Amino acid sequence: MSRIESAFQRLSESGRRGLIPFITAGDPSAELTVPLMHALVRSGADILELGVPFSDPMADGPTIQRASERALAQGMTLRKVLELVSTFRRDDADTPVVLMGYANPIEAMGLAAFTEAARAAGVDGVLVVDYPPEECRDFAAALTGAGLDPIFLLAPTSTEQRFDDVAEAGSGYIYYVSLKGVTGARTLDFDEIAARIPLIRARVGMPVAVGFGIRDAESAQRIGALADAVVIGSRIIEEIENSPRDRVLANVSEFIAGVRDALDRIQGAPQ
Amino acid sequence: MRTNELPYSFPDDRGHFGPYGGVFVSETLIPALEELRAAYAASCKDPEFIAEFEYELKHYVGRPSPVYYAKRWSETLGGARIYLKREDLNHTGAHKVNNCIGQAMLARRMGKRRVIAETGAGQHGVATATVAARYGMECVVYMGSEDVKRQAANVYRMKLLGANVVPVESGSKTLKDALNEAMRDWVTNVESTFYIIGTVAGPHPYPMMVRDFQSVIGRECLEQMPELAGRQPDCVIACVGGGSNAIGIFHPYIDVPGVRLIGVEAAGEGLATGHHAASLTAGRPGVLHGNRTYLLQNEDGQIIETHSISAGLDYPGVGPEHAWLKDSGRAEYVGIADAEALQAFHDCCRLEGIIPALESAHALAHAAKLAPTMSADAILLVNLSGRGDKDMHTVAERSGLRF
Repeated sequence: MSRIESAFQRLSESGRRGLIPFITAGDPSAELTVPLMHALVRSGADILELGVPFSDPMADGPTIQRASERALAQGMTLRKVLELVSTFRRDDADTPVVLMGYANPIEAMGLAAFTEAARAAGVDGVLVVDYPPEECRDFAAALTGAGLDPIFLLAPTSTEQRFDDVAEAGSGYIYYVSLKGVTGARTLDFDEIAARIPLIRARVGMPVAVGFGIRDAESAQRIGALADAVVIGSRIIEEIENSPRDRVLANVSEFIAGVRDALDRIQGAPQ
Repeated sequence: MRTNELPYSFPDDRGHFGPYGGVFVSETLIPALEELRAAYAASCKDPEFIAEFEYELKHYVGRPSPVYYAKRWSETLGGARIYLKREDLNHTGAHKVNNCIGQAMLARRMGKRRVIAETGAGQHGVATATVAARYGMECVVYMGSEDVKRQAANVYRMKLLGANVVPVESGSKTLKDALNEAMRDWVTNVESTFYIIGTVAGPHPYPMMVRDFQSVIGRECLEQMPELAGRQPDCVIACVGGGSNAIGIFHPYIDVPGVRLIGVEAAGEGLATGHHAASLTAGRPGVLHGNRTYLLQNEDGQIIETHSISAGLDYPGVGPEHAWLKDSGRAEYVGIADAEALQAFHDCCRLEGIIPALESAHALAHAAKLAPTMSADAILLVNLSGRGDKDMHTVAERSGLRF
């Protein structure tokens, strides 16, 4: 059983919702990334999404773009991201790590070389924002062959045909983009999400994590009631941006612990 | 690798030109692209749509644009005769408007009342704002804040036409960042908004659709060249940034045997300096802005900043069909440096009384290199894709003048 599958099984057995924080590798610095990953786990994260910085992050809002720019300015690369995952793995053998990024750095490294290096580093899943299933069949198969989960997005605009395409190509979990827009936008439509998530869960046979636009304990709790897990990204990046360097770990931990607490107050299974 | 397949029938139904092209976007945009593909597939076969497009091109744009024999310039160079396809004489001063009319007509058919566009130098932005005014549509143009500063006149032009120009502060603050920002707008407003992409790049069906709208350039040349020069040209030469004017003139010639197709990229300060925008000549294949194509990128796959004296060529990617034409050997791609383009700009002004766009001056410069190596009965056809009024500032500054 993969680490991601085990993580969702544990959550399901304990009746808890998954908390999936996103940070960009190398932001605010390469030195702080691994300590941040451990701090997120200590504060209640179940799975970590680690952003691979890219020069042209088209699907991201300004907050994550700034994180990418800071990381790149300090020389972060895909190879270094994989080294950070290896370092993290020395002290944490259980928490799944999902790399999230764009196709070009992976293609520049080479799909086979990347797959092997990611497996060796202890990566569990890979979400490439600009790889819809029909453009990456070979890559998804290679990941699966190496024991990694290819993770795909679904959106409010996705048709049921897309649910099936993504269910066929992907594994691990579905990342449901909760709004039409970029990461960090502020307009969540809870009714829309409440209507869509049960349809998706029923059809794809995988856990559904919801992200884009979740900004606090309250929105996390409302979304958590509907889904298997929530993803929080831009709001953590803002915490990192707005904290003095020596307070980054403490402030991020405090924020995540608050979200964890709110998620754990949800009663019952996802609707 | 297949070479020069006859008849040429790319892209496939999912937008692939060999290994290039495709649909590399996040999930939110997939249904919008499918809707667009269906709408375009229906419209491009609809005689009413075609008749309206042709009417607009004739009466609003002023087509057909003439082909002109550049006699003095040819004789000065010695060698081949050079003919110019005068896209500079179109309404708004460049080829860009051909495509904007097609896409705006499609937007109207799809019931979208808001159009957005990205622009570098401002030519595509001006063309989009123009057509939006003509059709009574809301228009938002994204433009890198560096370009907003460099192209103040075009910014004002767009505003006069009623467009809202949004300066983009992220990344390198140039064309690629404007494209990122336009994509973000589209993702956010996908149901009400039509994204008018200005070049033959982006996710399918854009590269095909923009090519089809721009192919009027080459189709006219196929008729005009025999009338004026007695036969088809030996070489067709066009500048390539994203590559829309080049595809427009190349595409109808792909199946014409014996016609060399030469795309001219911006070699900036020279390919060896790294300060250039020659994606096909000096780049590697990768994925950006929704398609797989040649890109200027570093070892790690990060897109690098480009340089060209002409803002319209200052782009780190290129349309996927050019990537395929290069690999298949049907077209050749070369680089022309800033200084060479400037020389051709001045020569064209002085010898022909035509002020070319700096983009087009790259194609002229390559023709000027090639012509003297050919015999007097050889024929070169150069796409003069736009006029240079917008470049007065840049050229004057290079000569040490300021307005």
